[in-house]
Amino acid sequence: MHDMLAEPIESSRHGQEAVESRLVRLSRARPGDRGVIVEVRADASAAAHGLGVAELERRLLEFGFVEGAEIEVLHEGAIRHDPIAVRLEDMRVALRRRDADEVWVRLQPRGQRPSR
Amino acid sequence: MSAASAVEAAAVGRVALVGNPNSGKTALFNALTGSRQKVANYAGVTVERKEGRVQTARGRALSVLDLPGTYSLRARSPDEAVTRDVVLGALAGEAAPDVLICVADATNLRLVLRLILELRAVGRPMVLALNMYDIAQRQGLRIDLDGLRRELGCPIVTTVATRKRGLEELLAQVEQMLDAGALTTENRWREPDAGEIRQAHREAQRILKAHVRPPERPDTLTGRIDAVLLHPAAGLAILLGLLFVMFQAVFTWAAPLQDLIDVGFQALGGFLAAHLAPGLITSFLTDGLISGVGSVLVFLPQILVLFLFIILLEDFGYMARAAFLMDRIMGGAGLHGRAFIPLLSSFACAIPGIMATRVIDNRRDRLTTILVAPLMTCSARIPVYTLIISAFIPHSRVAGMSLQGLVMFGLYAAGILSALAVSFVTRRFFWRGAVEPFLMELPTYKAPDPENVARGLLLRAKIFIMRAGRIILPLMIAVWFLSSFPGAPAGATDPAINYSIAGQIGRLLQPVFAPIGFNWQMVVALIPGFAAREVAVAALGTVYAVGAADSAPGALATTLAHHWSVATGLSFLAWYIFAPQCASTLGVVKRETNSWRWPVVMFVYMTALAYAASLITYEVAKTAGLG
Repeated sequence: MHDMLAEPIESSRHGQEAVESRLVRLSRARPGDRGVIVEVRADASAAAHGLGVAELERRLLEFGFVEGAEIEVLHEGAIRHDPIAVRLEDMRVALRRRDADEVWVRLQPRGQRPSR
Repeated sequence: MSAASAVEAAAVGRVALVGNPNSGKTALFNALTGSRQKVANYAGVTVERKEGRVQTARGRALSVLDLPGTYSLRARSPDEAVTRDVVLGALAGEAAPDVLICVADATNLRLVLRLILELRAVGRPMVLALNMYDIAQRQGLRIDLDGLRRELGCPIVTTVATRKRGLEELLAQVEQMLDAGALTTENRWREPDAGEIRQAHREAQRILKAHVRPPERPDTLTGRIDAVLLHPAAGLAILLGLLFVMFQAVFTWAAPLQDLIDVGFQALGGFLAAHLAPGLITSFLTDGLISGVGSVLVFLPQILVLFLFIILLEDFGYMARAAFLMDRIMGGAGLHGRAFIPLLSSFACAIPGIMATRVIDNRRDRLTTILVAPLMTCSARIPVYTLIISAFIPHSRVAGMSLQGLVMFGLYAAGILSALAVSFVTRRFFWRGAVEPFLMELPTYKAPDPENVARGLLLRAKIFIMRAGRIILPLMIAVWFLSSFPGAPAGATDPAINYSIAGQIGRLLQPVFAPIGFNWQMVVALIPGFAAREVAVAALGTVYAVGAADSAPGALATTLAHHWSVATGLSFLAWYIFAPQCASTLGVVKRETNSWRWPVVMFVYMTALAYAASLITYEVAKTAGLG
C-alpha cells in the first residue's frame, strides 16, 4: 500500500528528480542498491513485532537509520535473501528485512558510483 | 569498618567506562587495570560486573567499572539497563561513579557522539577517550580535538588501548577532575522520543562535519574480507569449515590435558585412600570431593580451547558475521542469530553455553536458547555414548563407513534436530508473535590483541571454575551422600551402593523405568549420574561390581553386553540424548534466570522427551527382534 502511495507523493515533491530516482523500502532493496534514507517511520506492519511500533522506530534511529543518512546494501543472506548487511554512512549494520520495512530509501540510479 | 579504612575507601575515586560495543572499551579496561580485576554479578541481576583497580602516577587509587556496551541510555536489555542505572547513580547497592570515561572508537564517531550528548545530560563529570587513535591516524582521519573539546564541553584524551598509549594522560585527566571536585550537576536525562533522537543525530552530524574530516585512506580491507566471508555460498562454507576445525581442536588439543587432569585427580584420590584409614571421611574425600571436583575440572581444557576460538573470532570481528550467516537458518526454528555462539559452546558443556546467552538482549529469545542448550551433545555424554556403542553396536561397516561412527553421528544429529524442534514448538505455540528485531553492528575487522585474548581466556576459566564450583560441589556432596548412606550391612555381598538411599530409590523407581527396558541397576546408576553425565559410567561399574571401570572400559562394555539386551542398550542411548542428567546445568539455569521456574520446566520437558524417546526406541528395537 505504501509502495503505491509513496511514489506519487515523492514525484510531486521532487518533480523531475523522481524520474531518475526510485523510492523503495529498504526491505525490498538488493545488494548494490545505494541511496539516501528519506524516511524512517513506524507504521502498522510493525505491529507484528514483539516491540511496539514506536520502539522499532527508535531502535532504528539509535542505530543510525536516520533521514539523510547514506546507505548501500552490501550483502544478503542465502535463504530468502535475508538478512541484509548495509553500509550506513561509515559503519556496517546487519538487519532482517522485516525490520528494514520502515526505512524508505531514495535509490541512486545504478552504476552511478560515488568516490567512497 | 574502622575509621582508617573508611577514610581510605572515601579516597578511592570511582570511575566507570561507558561506550558503544566494539569501541575497545574492554581493551582499555584491561590496559588500565591489568590483573587487578574482579568479576561478579550485579546484585539481583545476572549481568557481569567487572571492576578493577588502578593507581594514578601520583598514587591515587581508582576503582574502574567496565559497564556493558550500549548505543543509548534507553536500555534494551538487562545489560544496558545496568549501564543506564549505574550512570544515573540509580542502581541499588552500587555507588554512583565520580567520573565517567566515555570510550569511543575514533574511526567510528557518529553513534557515540549521540551517546555523548545523552551522557552530557546526566550531568556527571566526563572524559572522552578517543580510542584506536592510531588506526584513525593511519587512515588519515583528521579530528579537530580542540574544537571537539569546546563543542562537547569535556576533556578529550587520545588512546591506543592495545599499545597502552594515552593511559597516563587519561588517568591524570580523571585525577584532575577528582581533585578539582568536579561536581555532578543536575540530571536532565530522560528517555528521548523519536523526534529527540532525530534532533540528537542532526546535532551529532553537525559536530562531525565541523570537526572531523573524513579519512583519506578509508578502511577497504573490511569490505574485501566481507565480500568473501558474507558471500551466501562461500561464507557458509567457510563458517562450516571453521566449525569443523574448532570441533577437532576442542576434542584433540584438549585431550592430553584432560588425561593429565584425570590422572592427577585419580592419583590424588588413590593417595588419600592409601594413606587414610578407610571410613566415612576418606570415602567423602575421595569419592565425593576429589572425584566430584575432578569430573568438572576435566572439562576445563575443552572449555578453554572453545573459548580461545570464540574470543579470537569475536575480537577479529567474525562473530557478528557468523550470527548474520546463521540468523535465517536458526530463525526458521525461532532462534535468534546470536544464539549461535551459546549453542556452539554447549557442545563442550552446556554451562558456559548457558552463561553465554547473556549476549541475547531479548528475554524470550534468551530463555528459548537456555532451554534448548542442554540438548546439544555436550562432551560429558561422550563417555556414556562410547561405552554403550562399544557394547552394543557391532564393528561392521555400512556403505564403507563404520557403523559405530554413524551411530555417534546420529546421536549428535538427534541432539541438534531436537533442539531446533523444541525451539520451534516453543516459539510457535507458547511465545507466539513476539519477534525481536535483529539489528547488529558488523564491526571492522581487527587483528586480535594477544594480551586481551589471554586475559579474556583467563577470565572465562575463572568464571567457569567459580560458578561451576559453587554449584557443583554441594551437588556432588549430596549425590555422594545418597550413594553412601546407609552403608552396607556386615556380610553383604552386593556392592555397597545397592544398600544406600540411591539404591533404594533405584529399586523403588524401577517399575517406572521398566517400560523403557531399564533394570534396577541402571536406575541406581542414573542417580549418581545426575551429578554429571559421565559419572554414570563409573556408577554402572560400581553397581555391576566391575572394578576400576574407568581404566578398563572394555570389561564394563562386555559385562553390559552380557546383562542387557540390545534394545535396552539403545533405549539407554536415547535416554542420554534428552535426559536432564546434569544437576549443574539445572543449577546454572536457576542462577541465570533468577528463578526455580525454568530449571523445573527444563527438567520436566527433557525428562518427558527422554522417556518418550526411550520408550519408542525400546519398543521398535523389540519389534525388530533385538529384545
